[in-house]
Amino acid sequence: MDNQSLDPRVKRLKLNTGGEPVTVHEGENWNVFEVFHQEKRGAHHEHVGCVHAPNAQLALVFAKEQFARRKKCVNLWVVRSADILSFDTEDEDMFANNLDKTYRDASGFKVMEKINKFKKSTHDKE
Amino acid sequence: MTRNEAISQMLTAMADDALIQGHRNSEWTGLGPIMEEDIAFSSMAQDKIGHAWALYRILHENLGGTEPDRFAFLRGEKDYRCCHLVEMPNGEYDFSLVRHFLFDHAEAVRWEHLQQSTFEPLALTARKLKGEIKYHTLHANAWITQLCRAGEESYARMQSALNVCFPLALGIFEPSPEAETLLVNEKIYAGEATLKEQWLDRTYNILSVAGLNLPSEGSVTPAYGGRKGYHTEYLQPLLDEMGYVFRLDPEAVW
Repeated sequence: MDNQSLDPRVKRLKLNTGGEPVTVHEGENWNVFEVFHQEKRGAHHEHVGCVHAPNAQLALVFAKEQFARRKKCVNLWVVRSADILSFDTEDEDMFANNLDKTYRDASGFKVMEKINKFKKSTHDKE
Repeated sequence: MTRNEAISQMLTAMADDALIQGHRNSEWTGLGPIMEEDIAFSSMAQDKIGHAWALYRILHENLGGTEPDRFAFLRGEKDYRCCHLVEMPNGEYDFSLVRHFLFDHAEAVRWEHLQQSTFEPLALTARKLKGEIKYHTLHANAWITQLCRAGEESYARMQSALNVCFPLALGIFEPSPEAETLLVNEKIYAGEATLKEQWLDRTYNILSVAGLNLPSEGSVTPAYGGRKGYHTEYLQPLLDEMGYVFRLDPEAVW
């Protein structure tokens, strides 16, 4: 696995090498990897599911046939599920009042109205 | 031998290899070591059968051959031109993986050359299949590297599978001097000897990283005969099973 990428945040699998093998010891489990699918260049990667694999390289190899053999796809990400940090389900109440605070919802602003009103007023002055 | 006869001979060998290899690999469906691998391996088996179909279509549409389904399922055993490597029964997964590795790298080298073929239908198909074949070799490389370093038993099994597969795989490059000379002169393809050299280089690069020893070519007897219609005892039973449903009613419309 090489990291000579234009985007240093993303490691890219080099196809011409086999990659570094991992050793899975007795009693140790394979990892679960979350798979993110990119439909076109520049688009967000969307979570589509997970695969079970010994390492990231094979996870990517599996993900290709698992999640990218029908829909349009230009790239995939895999992330070890264990590397994802999440809130405890009990703490869901932190988000409880969100629905009351519609003024925080960007789609709630009636900006265009104000802009048009302003434009009209400046136009009238000229 | 005419130009078209030589092309037909080469395409039949390539297509039969892909069809029989695809069928063999599809026998793993539902039995693969883990679900993810089962799906990937089955999907590639399906790709192989698609490659065979693409070639049978060129034979039919551009070279006056029989309709693809009938050609694939109704020929006698002696009329198949596949190599012995693809005919061998699956056995253990190590064998199937090493066969997949050796076969798919051979295909990759061949199809890469064919992108420049002066026989246009083949060059077009070669460009179309490029990405699929790239994935097949990526998959094979990943498993070879992984399993060769996964402990003594795993390493020993991979090496012994390689020893079994190597002479069989040399059969992919069985020479057919008359057709080859014609095809090379017409720049339709590069010739078996050239392809074999590149295949040896490429597989060696992966195998040496994996710590496996590729047997020397001089120390083994290549499994020739398939290109001339001489097959192993395993082909006929495979053909019986593969064509069973089709032969029930060859005129049926699907």
